[in-house]
Amino acid sequence: MNILSIENVRKVFHNYVALDQASFDVRKGSIFGLLGPNGAGKTTLIRIITGITRADEGQILLDGVPLNTHHPNEIGYMPEERGLYKKMKVAEQLMYLAQLKGMSHDDAKQSIRRWFERLGMQDWWNKKIEELSKGMQQKVQFVATVAHNPKLLILDEPFTGLDPLNADLLKDEIYQLNQQGVSIIFSTHRMEQVEEICNDIVLINKGKILINDSVAAVRNQFKEHKFIISTDRPASEWSLPSGFSADGSLGNVTTFKVEAGSHSNELLSYLINQGISIQSFQEVLPGLNEIFIKLVTEASHSQTNAQP
Amino acid sequence: MNKTLLIIKREYVSRVLKKSFLLVTLLTPLGIGLVIFLAGLFAAKGSQSTKRIVVKDESAMLSPKALEGKEITYELSNELLDSLKKNYVDKGYDILVHVPPYVDDTVATHQISYFSKEKLSLLQIEKIEEKMENVFRDYKLEHSTLDKVALKKLDVNVKLENAMLSENNKDAVGDKSSKFSSAIASGLSYGMGFLMYIVIFVFGSMVMRSVMEEKINRIVEVMISSVKPFQLMLGKIIGVGLVGLTQLAIWMIIIPIIVTVASVAMGGPTTSPEMAQTTEAIQKIQQENPEVMQVFLKELSSINWALILPVFVIFFLGGYFIYSSLFAAVGSAVGDDLGDSQQLMMPLTIPVILAMVMIPAVFTNPNGPLAVFGSMFPLFSPIIMPARLPFEPPIWQIALSIFFLVAGVIFFTWVAARIYRVGILMYGKKVTFKELGKWMFYKD
Repeated sequence: MNILSIENVRKVFHNYVALDQASFDVRKGSIFGLLGPNGAGKTTLIRIITGITRADEGQILLDGVPLNTHHPNEIGYMPEERGLYKKMKVAEQLMYLAQLKGMSHDDAKQSIRRWFERLGMQDWWNKKIEELSKGMQQKVQFVATVAHNPKLLILDEPFTGLDPLNADLLKDEIYQLNQQGVSIIFSTHRMEQVEEICNDIVLINKGKILINDSVAAVRNQFKEHKFIISTDRPASEWSLPSGFSADGSLGNVTTFKVEAGSHSNELLSYLINQGISIQSFQEVLPGLNEIFIKLVTEASHSQTNAQP
Repeated sequence: MNKTLLIIKREYVSRVLKKSFLLVTLLTPLGIGLVIFLAGLFAAKGSQSTKRIVVKDESAMLSPKALEGKEITYELSNELLDSLKKNYVDKGYDILVHVPPYVDDTVATHQISYFSKEKLSLLQIEKIEEKMENVFRDYKLEHSTLDKVALKKLDVNVKLENAMLSENNKDAVGDKSSKFSSAIASGLSYGMGFLMYIVIFVFGSMVMRSVMEEKINRIVEVMISSVKPFQLMLGKIIGVGLVGLTQLAIWMIIIPIIVTVASVAMGGPTTSPEMAQTTEAIQKIQQENPEVMQVFLKELSSINWALILPVFVIFFLGGYFIYSSLFAAVGSAVGDDLGDSQQLMMPLTIPVILAMVMIPAVFTNPNGPLAVFGSMFPLFSPIIMPARLPFEPPIWQIALSIFFLVAGVIFFTWVAARIYRVGILMYGKKVTFKELGKWMFYKD
């Protein structure tokens, strides 16, 4: 079951195609990474999902239903550029935003109270936003995003500007919400976080979807058959047999690539026959960062080639 | 609760509870009271230091009696001019007027000169001139062969009154207002026009600043992921409009009280010469025409308030909506550069100022082509039509004007909303009018 289905969505600003036939699904209860370089169309896509703008073509289903005017109430959105009314008191502000998401006065109050307790913010109730530190403001912003109990949470670069302590806290809250069944979309270009947090990803570049799969599958798909092996002897004392090429070595550790037609086990048996004992042996999967850079540069190359 | 209502409530409450709102609302009437008080105080002081004028009359033609006056005392001196012009200040005089030897009756223009301790204002010079003219005329008259009584008979004073005011002309056809009503109407129409002008600029720019603030704060993206941009804009305009109405209502109660208190604090209205003059003038009018106060009150009550007030409210609201939504559009387009806002505000300030300039022409010819055009065009009509109302324009014109006003409100709010929804999400772009035009046709 999908919380969100993007079907052939296209959006054009004048002559500039921001999204071109974008299609992908977000599984219910998953943490989903929306990746792409600056200007790829991430923000446009998010703005379409949140109802800020509309798609020119295609449709979007939230929980199986085409987007309608009630859906913004079921989505929590934290934009990359955070913003609050500086002169308003914390509680007033949160009450206002929660009620704008369709909550009743009492429900909003109850929910905000709960979040204040959970995040240790009880003393802030009557403080003005401008009196709070940046990190505290971020917490308020997060409560503003989740106070109305959204089904789907969209976080655009949520960790920027957070110190490690607050970043960890936010991560924990995100996991907790996810466990309670909230689906979460992350928009970011910080790959180490994606690898750590996300189940599935989609990579967008120039309005097109380059890849859409689970993190594990993507890494597997782009594996370069690289392995890392450490032996009891320095690498300089033995050489790789044919079918394997070296990819750098340091002390007893060697990185190598298995060429087409060979198998990693062949190297193991070769070394065993040579009397070299193996201390560790591991496949090296590419990081999302590498995949990201590779795909994006390839895509832009192919585009420049396509344009004579 | 409806989302637009929530926005209206926040915009209203957050402004009304601000200290600055309380201060402006209370201090403005106090300021007006203070100005009245100080003006009275200075005027009273000014009247105490009446100028003393010494006159050196070379031909001894003037009598002390002829020189008697109410406000300024003139004294004759026999001293020689040469010594007088050196010591007139020491003797306690402010001005020395020198009347050279009288030539003969055929001379019409008399050159006289003065010495003054301080620089004289044009008004003071004219006053002395007027006094001397009277003195000379009386002198000439006394020494002429003309019969004073016969001359008095030549004095003419014509008063034109509306015959419809008389009971005898009940069966006649025509307009029934007295000449007073024109003066009252002019005052009323200028007052209403000016009020619109203030409202448009003060509260229009309040809406604009508020839109800019949300854009710069970046709260706007959070907001429009919950509500439609149009709801946000509308809520803001209505909320700020209610703040304006609240302020006006408070002023309408406080200002008369403070003005009364200030005039009483001055020690009664008669101490100020201006006021004394006014009272004098009113008394004079009353003497000449005992019914004048009654007529004034009658005129005031005969103004068709039942028509003027509701129609004024319609134009007040319409004008506020048109201009504040356009100000909101400008605010959305500007972002954080105030310099740009000046440029983009130009097309809004020009029609308002043009309309203000048109008001005098509307007085002179309340049913002329300019007045009619001005009251039909929705950017002018919120100022021009209220200004015309006291002159009783034809009902069909009022109706047509309201029709165009409503059409204008719909049209300009639509235009503003189209620009606004694009503008609030547009950052770091220098906006031109061409750009704004394009935004109107962007898809959602």
